Amino acid sequence: MFSNLRSIFIVFLHMFHKRVTIEYPEKKAYLAPRWRGRIVLTRDPDHQERCVGCYLCAAACPVDCIALQATEDKDGRRYPEFFRINFSRCIFCGFCEEACPTDAIQLIPDFEMSEYKRQNLVYEKEDLLIDGQGKYHGYNYYRVAGVAVGVKEKGKGENEDKPVDIKKLMP
Amino acid sequence: MSETWINILMVAGILVSLLTLAAELIWVERRMLALWQDRLGPNRTGPFGAFQVVADMIKIFFKEDWIPAFADKKVFIIAPAIVMITILMSYAIIPFTSEIGIVNLNIGLLFFLATSSIGAYSVVLAGWSSNNKYSLLGAIRGAAQMISYEVFMGLSLMGVVMLAGSFNMHDIVMAQKHSWFIIPQFIGFVIFFIAGIAETHRLPFDIPEAESELVAGYHSEYSGMKFGMFFVGEYLGIMLISALITTLFFGGWLGPSFLPPIVWFLLKMFVFILCFILLRASLPRLRYDQLMALGWKILLPLSLLNLLITGAIILYYQ
Repeated sequence: MFSNLRSIFIVFLHMFHKRVTIEYPEKKAYLAPRWRGRIVLTRDPDHQERCVGCYLCAAACPVDCIALQATEDKDGRRYPEFFRINFSRCIFCGFCEEACPTDAIQLIPDFEMSEYKRQNLVYEKEDLLIDGQGKYHGYNYYRVAGVAVGVKEKGKGENEDKPVDIKKLMP
Repeated sequence: MSETWINILMVAGILVSLLTLAAELIWVERRMLALWQDRLGPNRTGPFGAFQVVADMIKIFFKEDWIPAFADKKVFIIAPAIVMITILMSYAIIPFTSEIGIVNLNIGLLFFLATSSIGAYSVVLAGWSSNNKYSLLGAIRGAAQMISYEVFMGLSLMGVVMLAGSFNMHDIVMAQKHSWFIIPQFIGFVIFFIAGIAETHRLPFDIPEAESELVAGYHSEYSGMKFGMFFVGEYLGIMLISALITTLFFGGWLGPSFLPPIVWFLLKMFVFILCFILLRASLPRLRYDQLMALGWKILLPLSLLNLLITGAIILYYQ
């Protein structure tokens, strides 16, 4: 009996508590920097596409929502010919970001991607590609990789020694 | 204007304002529940979301009015009408002020008890005609609950009747000119309030329509406006019980003269409506046998005792 009255009183006092509701379209909720939202393709510091078309994201994707086709430019640099993500299937698990060896594919804190037509949720490469570097700054795969594909000459990369002249005796 | 026309206008005016108020109560309840749960509630449509009910009504009118093939069609249609009619009929005896009121019956209180008993039929018939196990279970529970709580609902009011010496609602209000009946009849008030909650099957006594165990109980087969009638009927019931508590225990329209009598009446009524909503916000549902035990083993003896003591005191001072 008393405990009932007490709980009624406690509930009544909740009238004066702070509201937990965030009135969404006017006020935005805080999204953590690591929030897994819309997927983007980023560029390296030289403003080139980071994606090398290795298919690891497509392989890691548990719902098979990523489709791409790799190709090469005249220097031999790999890039995706098309890159397509079907966001009506995507479950925003972030496995693609974890799989990506070049930090190209990244999930950003944005969830406002409603559409009236399902087909509009299929994003092509021009929709996915952004101008910046996303969450990981300063990383440029072709500057640390061994191959020379027009970005740097042999031996000019970061953490890379000059090539050894095999015709000489000197070290 | 002739007297007939005034009466017709009065009836129509009270009917329209009651239905509007009952519908708007849905919004009030949602806002208040939200308030007590640290939320905001519906606040988008119209000022403070007050037109939410209008939107809901438009939606409910355009919904498919589906009657299950296995249902007893005639009874199925009549049942939601009964709840509305009986509750609206009970309002006939409520004196909103000394002038506003439909009829001044000398057996007012008995009339209310009679009509609210008929209200049990709607629950039973709805559950029976739905031809559905859960509905029938809900109907059986509802019937048992309403019948057993009806008994001491009437008995708890007899103290008031003894003090006022009349069944007439106007006389009962006028008898409270000096002090409200809540003071001598506090136990009667508590019992009537509990019985009123059970009568309108509101939480914590909403076992006939317990969502979590009976899938909405007796009205689980209803859709569209038929469901809407049960829903509005429930809110009409809350208002009826609140209005009765106001009239019987809190001096009806009487109050200091800086506010008109109708405002006093509505103000008191609204406080009790809020109490109903607060109970819903705070208390969990009782088990069925607990409800029955509470009714027959505690509240019935208590109301009889209250009656005995009141009678003895009245006799002593005569």
